[in-house]
Amino acid sequence: MDDLAAIVFLTAAATLRTATPLILCAMGGLFSEKSGIVDVGLEGKMLMAAFFGASAATLTGSAWWGVVAAIGAAEIMALLHGFACITYRGNQVVSGVALNILAAGLTVVLGNAWFHQGGQTPPLEQAGARMLPIFFPRAGDNILVYAALASVPFTWWLITRTRFGLRLRAVGEMPLAVDAAGISVPLLRYRAVLLCGFFAGLAGAYLSVAQNAGFSRDMTAGQGFIALAAIIFGKWQPFPAFGACLIFGLLDAVAIRLQGVRVPGVGEVPVQFIQALPYLLTMFLLAGFIGRAVAPKAIGVPYEKEH
Amino acid sequence: MRPTRGPLPRWAEILLLPLINIALAFLVVGIIVRIIGVDPFHALDRLVLGAVGSPESIGYTLYYATNFIFTGLAVAVAFHGGLFNIGGEGQAYIGGLGCGLAILAFDRYLPGWLMAPIAIAAAALFGAAWAAVPAWLQAWRGSHIVITTIMFNFVASALMVYLLVNVLIAPGSMTPQSRDFAPSGELPALQGSALNLSILLALACCVLVWLFLWHTRWGYALRAMGHNPEAAHYAGTDLKRMTLLGMCLSGALAGFVGVNELMGVHHRIVLDFPAGYGFAGIAVALMGRNHPLGVVFAALLFGALQQGGAELAFDEPAITREMVVVIQGLVILFSGALEHLPRPWLAVLLPRRG
Repeated sequence: MDDLAAIVFLTAAATLRTATPLILCAMGGLFSEKSGIVDVGLEGKMLMAAFFGASAATLTGSAWWGVVAAIGAAEIMALLHGFACITYRGNQVVSGVALNILAAGLTVVLGNAWFHQGGQTPPLEQAGARMLPIFFPRAGDNILVYAALASVPFTWWLITRTRFGLRLRAVGEMPLAVDAAGISVPLLRYRAVLLCGFFAGLAGAYLSVAQNAGFSRDMTAGQGFIALAAIIFGKWQPFPAFGACLIFGLLDAVAIRLQGVRVPGVGEVPVQFIQALPYLLTMFLLAGFIGRAVAPKAIGVPYEKEH
Repeated sequence: MRPTRGPLPRWAEILLLPLINIALAFLVVGIIVRIIGVDPFHALDRLVLGAVGSPESIGYTLYYATNFIFTGLAVAVAFHGGLFNIGGEGQAYIGGLGCGLAILAFDRYLPGWLMAPIAIAAAALFGAAWAAVPAWLQAWRGSHIVITTIMFNFVASALMVYLLVNVLIAPGSMTPQSRDFAPSGELPALQGSALNLSILLALACCVLVWLFLWHTRWGYALRAMGHNPEAAHYAGTDLKRMTLLGMCLSGALAGFVGVNELMGVHHRIVLDFPAGYGFAGIAVALMGRNHPLGVVFAALLFGALQQGGAELAFDEPAITREMVVVIQGLVILFSGALEHLPRPWLAVLLPRRG
């Protein structure tokens, strides 16, 4: 019986560990998408944040400075996205793709130039340079895991229960109305994009200074896109998106556990299939086979003020 | 200064604006190189020498350019239909699978002159099929092509890992790759470099894409859909079928990367051969203004960067090959997302049209 409890506990912990960056990223992405700015650049923001977070933690020996640097890096990326999409009304998807590619290249180029380890940062071995588990050493429950859990009700409250949230949703559905009410559309969208950068920064910091002890190239490995899938799967709402992150995290935890195990009646389940499941499930949802996911109406459309 | 939509003179629109955007991108690249502690002009010198300094390096430049032509055309064709295909990476991967499967099935029985067209057709077919699903999902089920093509990249990657590790792996091999192709499954390549006959296929594709887009009814309908879907629909275009057609063509073009890589160089199915060419195709298409001729020039530039960048990384330990990826990202940023950036300044400096 103890065995079973241990397995359940460890699987739950593993789920939460893999879900944490997804949750943070998804909450960030929600702000951006709710305001009408598509964010396919979550992956790049997170990667950049992970790199600068690990670099700062290495140089200062403090995990907290790592978190600060990670948020800073993600905010710069977010501002660049905002500058291109809001101020210059560029194509939001193109901008996101550009940021992803830029981050994939720049992290390795800078990492190699600064640390000479083929794009990695040195392992965080000094005391205090890495976030450690708080209550359960085996579960890896560092403070950013709790931050991720707290971010969900916070996001829900901010979006549904505040004046800012009401305006945010309005600007994503019908910017013309917001503009007519005398509220600045660009300012609202910039705030949304900055919130997105903040959470993506936390997610990146989690990857490189909490879950792992240092940065390695391409360490986000598509998690930014899984977070995006979770937003869609959660129909652009905080709690359902959180649920989707947990499901995707669980799939990952199960995939590792199922490696080489024969399931009765099915045979060996290919790990790659389970890894592809979040995308397949999201596509089934998008295709309208499981309910309907409706995006904010003005998403992806640059707002042009009339003269 | 507020960005304005004022029309610029035609030559500025076609030539000046794109050149300024690219210059801005390379300015930022220079600054990054400077930050790393390398003299940008020295780096440029080494890069140019590495790209075109010897017959071998020219061969490699052209070989890389071949891939960029395929993916650049793929993105451009879809763009003309108003479709943003970010799935070139996955379509190239699956196209390569089709090419490889055809060769593995027939290479021992067929001569090379018969094997090559079959393998090329298989690459096109598989690439098109992989693009057809997101197209179908967008046209008939209303899910957005950007999201689905991104996801199909990951699904393609998972599928290929599974196939190579469990199914196609050569008996007794430890690395996940298929058995070697028989000689009939190889394309003739230039001695001492990776340049092979695929480049002729790439150039033929450029001509065919140009003919298709500007000299056929379907090409016209596709461009009409890209400009104004409602007007195209009103004029009797079947938007769903055009979406499917545009994406299938795009996927087939991306699939040809598999021909260049597998038939031309690796001579077996290997993991991760698309290596970012699919994404780079976005930069190539944006830089080439979605025109086949522009795509060729942009592909040559990116091919030179790829080859010269590799040589530069060899000479200068402070710079890695990923510098090329940074350049691609910046080109997409400046000539794509920030394309209107220089517009207000130009509008002030240049006389207005009309």
